[in-house]
Amino acid sequence: MRRWLPLAALLLMGQAPKPVLVPDVSQRDIEIAYSFTGAELLLFGAILYPGGRLPKGEAPTDIVVVVKGPTQPVLVREKEKVAGIWVNAQHQRYSSVPSFYALASSRPVDRIVDERTRAIYELGLDSLQLSPGSNAVTAVEHRFQRGLVDLKRRAGLYLEAPHAVGITDGVLYRARLTIPARVPVGRFTAETFLIRDGRVLAAAVRDIDIRKSGFERFVARAAERHGIYYGLAAVVLSVALGWGAGWIARRI
Amino acid sequence: MDLYLPIANLSVNALVIVLLGGGVGLLSGMFGVGGGFLTTPLLIIYGIPPTVAAASSASQVTGASVSGVFAHFHRGGVDTKMGGVLVAGGIVGSFAGAWIFQLLRASGQIDTVIGVVYVLMLGSIGTMMARESIAAIGVARGRRPVRPRKRRHHPLVAALPLRTRFYASGLYISPLAPLLLGFFTGILTILLGIGGGFILVPAMIYLLGMATSVVVGTSLFQTLFVTAVATMVHATTTKAVDIVLAGLLLIGSVIGAQLGARFASRVKPEYLRLALAIMVLLVGLRILLGLVWRPEEIFTVELT
Repeated sequence: MRRWLPLAALLLMGQAPKPVLVPDVSQRDIEIAYSFTGAELLLFGAILYPGGRLPKGEAPTDIVVVVKGPTQPVLVREKEKVAGIWVNAQHQRYSSVPSFYALASSRPVDRIVDERTRAIYELGLDSLQLSPGSNAVTAVEHRFQRGLVDLKRRAGLYLEAPHAVGITDGVLYRARLTIPARVPVGRFTAETFLIRDGRVLAAAVRDIDIRKSGFERFVARAAERHGIYYGLAAVVLSVALGWGAGWIARRI
Repeated sequence: MDLYLPIANLSVNALVIVLLGGGVGLLSGMFGVGGGFLTTPLLIIYGIPPTVAAASSASQVTGASVSGVFAHFHRGGVDTKMGGVLVAGGIVGSFAGAWIFQLLRASGQIDTVIGVVYVLMLGSIGTMMARESIAAIGVARGRRPVRPRKRRHHPLVAALPLRTRFYASGLYISPLAPLLLGFFTGILTILLGIGGGFILVPAMIYLLGMATSVVVGTSLFQTLFVTAVATMVHATTTKAVDIVLAGLLLIGSVIGAQLGARFASRVKPEYLRLALAIMVLLVGLRILLGLVWRPEEIFTVELT
């Protein structure tokens, strides 16, 4: 879906000649090691106009960069006060919630494109397509979606950075985004959109792989594939450390 | 010093976790409680996912109790026969607990149930211990005449069949009583992510009437085995045991447990029990407030 949308958009617009985007990211692979506290990504690239530079008389273009983490199915629960205590009451399922979503743009995204375009390209936290799993009343569903997005935003996993994209001479752009340490591993995508007059002129996608390396990878794999040995290792470690401390303490 | 936790998927300050383990270990050596009832909530407050917190603190409790058990074995403070019966009950209980955990989790009420159970348990045990220890302190200071203790153990315990002798505990009671006690503690170990010592210790004193010199050691003995089983249950079902997190907690807690055990032998036991009672009541009060105050987060997200 994500792959052919920009392509289809390009074909539909069909008026030649079009500017072309050449995007890149500073890191295609992010390795999580013991000291990983997050990664800073530089997203940059060039806008290639047919004449080599911004044609005269045309309005300047805007750039929007979206970095998305792998999607996850989630269950959102809402607490309500029942008989004096707060308990989970209603719930709502979503089948495609991005684990991470960061949007950087050259101007606030609601001033660049209209609501419909935002919904099509999932531009902005209000326009995410989370695929609710039940046909709840729209108002209720909206409340849950707002709650979910708000939680993720305060956890630092969802963010919008208007004005974070700098465009030099109308042809070179760059944006800096930070990926926090508490993101899941997997394939992230960096989508770049070139927008003028509320229309997407060009779009391009780059993949970023985030994976655990070395010891962290070994531990995560062992826990996943060899639960019994992993559990035994944890018990042996705790008994050995406890016994060791006792042994030392008796000799002091 | 930041360290990435491979299962919890986030980076933490290693020093903070070691100190947290140390503080909890100190309490565990002093009172014979595993300290899980403090570790799990504190880790959750720090931002560790609840399942990872519960699963990893179980193995931390194992480590803290090993050094405690050795310390108490050294001075003959463990009744292995009583401990064995408690462990047998505890292992069966932990499997029952895993089943209940699944049921409650599916219905979405696990957090509320955990909170309510905590409040009821901590409230009643804390009150009971506080009253008893205040009375004991009064007696020790000579303010009130020493009342002869009429009953060694609860009449319900005395009514059970198949009596046998527990020499170290100075008891002649049915093994069914400690077996049931172990069973309920095992359920709580899985459900609340705790060692169960803070329930076991008062129950051993006030329900079974065990000799106080072996209570703490025997409680730690039971905790050691049941938390080891709980770690295995978590490692094979929830796969949420973070060995790096457990290791950091362990480094702090094994040292703390040694210091705690030494400190405990110098303080009068009545004061020690009163201190534990106050702590138990405070934790219970905090959880009660969490249930009745409007929570910070109305929405919670769970991966499915």
